Amino acid sequence: AALYSRTVSKPNNKNPILMMLSVHPSRALMDEAFVILVQNVPPGFQVTLHALHRCEDGHRWEACAHYVADSSGNINAADDCSVGGSYFGVEPMGLLWSLKPVPGSKPGLRWVRCACDPTHSNIHVNGPQKLHCCFGPPKGPGPFPGLLDLWGGGGQLMEYRSALLASHGIASLALDYLTRTDQSLTVPVSVQTAYRVLQQHPQVLGSRIAMLGLSLGTVFTLKMAASLSPQLRCAVCISGSHIQPVSGEGGVMCLCYRNFEKISFSEQDEVIWRGLLLPIPSDPSLKVDVGRLQCPLLLVVGEDDQNWCSHESATDMKQMMERAGNDQLLTLLSYPGTGHLIEPPYTPHTPSMMVLWGGKTPEHSAAQEDSWRKIVTFLRRNLYGGSDPHAVNLSHL
Amino acid sequence: MSQAVPPLLSVRPSRALVDEKFSVLVENLPPGCPVTIRSLYQSEDKDFWEAYGHYVSNHKGTVSVSEDISLGGTYTGKEAMGLLWSMRPIPGSRKGLRLRKKDTCAPMLVTISVYSGHGDVRDQAPLASALVERWHVAPGVQRIEITEKGVRGTLFLPPGPGPFPAMLDLWGGGGGLQEYRAALLACRGFASLALEYLKSNDTKPKGLDMKYFETAFEIIRSHPQVIPDRVGIIGLCFGTLMTLSLAAECPTIKPRCIVCISNIHSKSNENTIQEFPQEIPEKYNKIHMMEDVVVWRDMGLAVLEVGHPKVKVGNIDCPMLLINGTDDQNWPTVEVASDIIKTMREAGKESLVTRLDYPDAGHLIEPPFSPHFRAANFMLHGTKKKVMMLWGGKTKPHADAQEDSWKKILSFLQLHLYGAPSLKANL
Repeated sequence: AALYSRTVSKPNNKNPILMMLSVHPSRALMDEAFVILVQNVPPGFQVTLHALHRCEDGHRWEACAHYVADSSGNINAADDCSVGGSYFGVEPMGLLWSLKPVPGSKPGLRWVRCACDPTHSNIHVNGPQKLHCCFGPPKGPGPFPGLLDLWGGGGQLMEYRSALLASHGIASLALDYLTRTDQSLTVPVSVQTAYRVLQQHPQVLGSRIAMLGLSLGTVFTLKMAASLSPQLRCAVCISGSHIQPVSGEGGVMCLCYRNFEKISFSEQDEVIWRGLLLPIPSDPSLKVDVGRLQCPLLLVVGEDDQNWCSHESATDMKQMMERAGNDQLLTLLSYPGTGHLIEPPYTPHTPSMMVLWGGKTPEHSAAQEDSWRKIVTFLRRNLYGGSDPHAVNLSHL
Repeated sequence: MSQAVPPLLSVRPSRALVDEKFSVLVENLPPGCPVTIRSLYQSEDKDFWEAYGHYVSNHKGTVSVSEDISLGGTYTGKEAMGLLWSMRPIPGSRKGLRLRKKDTCAPMLVTISVYSGHGDVRDQAPLASALVERWHVAPGVQRIEITEKGVRGTLFLPPGPGPFPAMLDLWGGGGGLQEYRAALLACRGFASLALEYLKSNDTKPKGLDMKYFETAFEIIRSHPQVIPDRVGIIGLCFGTLMTLSLAAECPTIKPRCIVCISNIHSKSNENTIQEFPQEIPEKYNKIHMMEDVVVWRDMGLAVLEVGHPKVKVGNIDCPMLLINGTDDQNWPTVEVASDIIKTMREAGKESLVTRLDYPDAGHLIEPPFSPHFRAANFMLHGTKKKVMMLWGGKTKPHADAQEDSWKKILSFLQLHLYGAPSLKANL
């Protein structure tokens, strides 16, 4: 971060105004908050805080906010209101989540981060098969509960969510399941293999494994959760759907291709895919039977998701579970004004990238912060908690 | 076969500056379960240091070091940072060790672990562990080696364009170049030069040349990222003798403010403490040994008594902060502080002095959370003789003094080096 001030009067060289800018803590994990303090400011002085970041791909992102110092000469971004700039109001982490590509950047950029920990690597399994994944257990003797992390259809293995979960005590394996996906199977071989690898890993508690899926990843997460073998400890599905052929030929991608004419476009020519799986079918052979679930399920959806019909799917899943009588396993977090890519907190919001994801930045950023905290709590309670996960009361979430 | 779920140990933040606090939390224990939380650190000299506290979990199965009371170990009571400041060498280590970081750009790596029970845990496998980094430099702080005009030192610049107020950092009679305090000051917004003015391997002590310090001060003052009229000096022990001398008797050095920790103001002909025994008449020579440790405190009192030449502190015109421990066994620093204030009062300048006397703290008042040692090896400067020197202090009060004095040093420097001149007029 850097501090720029707009002087009200010409600075006197004999009495220069010397402000002190500090960030506490100066080093933190990606999901930890910080406090930005400016001290020694003349009372009532106007200042601008500016953040600049250069991504690994070389693109620059920036955000700024306008503040006014109080009578004691201090500005605290965690307590004070931003009166203009990239965000308004009291937003301690606004300078991060409101980052946008600098003017003149290529359109359609997405915030990219690579792995945080060099111990992550591919895993070789018996025979010629190789799992493209990223796995790094937490530090310490273990053993630890495990988690299989499935990203979305955007391609490219994203490792930072697994790394963050490792910092919360969960041995997380982020699987690249798309490279060699056999789309005619209901669950790719690589997902089943990855589950077995986790289960047998000496530093993982084989009886305490969860799955977390985003977008396309929720398709396989729900399938595994509803099939009772192996028995997941719990599942988290973000911005996804239960709509897919339950058996036989064709995966969810085939369903999408059949409904191709339902794609629409925004005014900026961004692709809107949310109509592809609508309306929600009533044919049970086209939906995962979530009424069969025996493990807790956390659904996180954005009500402005323009990419998948996750909000409608979540409502349908809730009704299915109410009819089956297992809805006490369900926790549904539905966020207004929030788009498709609900990521760990404080990452900048990307409303579109040729494809419209949806969501408005302040609401989406608040949803990321809130949902991440709840996801971590849900996972820790179910993975570390007592022997009967059904007894865990999650009504406070 | 079911495996046991381990407890969940977290330390937040896991990376921090050495003067920042952390919270150590253990969850998922059985309720009412006795555990030991232990810290382990391997120093750059390859010695192991440890601290530990005995805890009992609450009914939710949680232990919070910041909130709960340690019932035994190297510290007791509610002590969020006890796992650091109560560290000591593990049994069987060499004697007289002192913990000081040489490579300021690399963090200290401390392992915090939780073990079952309150017995001797050293041979047990821990239930959970966390690795914590403690840094002397913040991101963006620059380290620059200075070897110009005969001056040897290391300059640390805060992040950002500057210009910044600055500090000259003078350590004590142990000699050598200690960078860690200057590095921390740079993290807090002050460009700081740690100066080497007593080479630890010099066999013949040279007289200390004021010109050397003037040159060093000028190097700081004329640095493009330093504000020339906002330079202060901080010194400890022998460094305070130099600080007071520079402020009082050097016409070209006009510090904006000075900080003196563990005050010494008696001069010798060669300007080294080691010369005192030769200069004090036999009947006053009061260095004595106490169970194999050398105690200099009474020699210092003798030096005061005989009216040995002292720095003319009455000439000092800038604010000064005097920090001392009442259990200082190396020098009668509290008595020296009283003498300084008496002189300043006679000169009509008592309002410039702020005095902090910390009960039961010893001589080596260092940045917060660093371990305390009542006695440690000390190489007598100018000789190759290593003695065990008694520094004094009791561990807990000394740790409190380090934590409190650092906060007060920073606010003192912020007021005088960052504050506007008009602010002082209102005081």
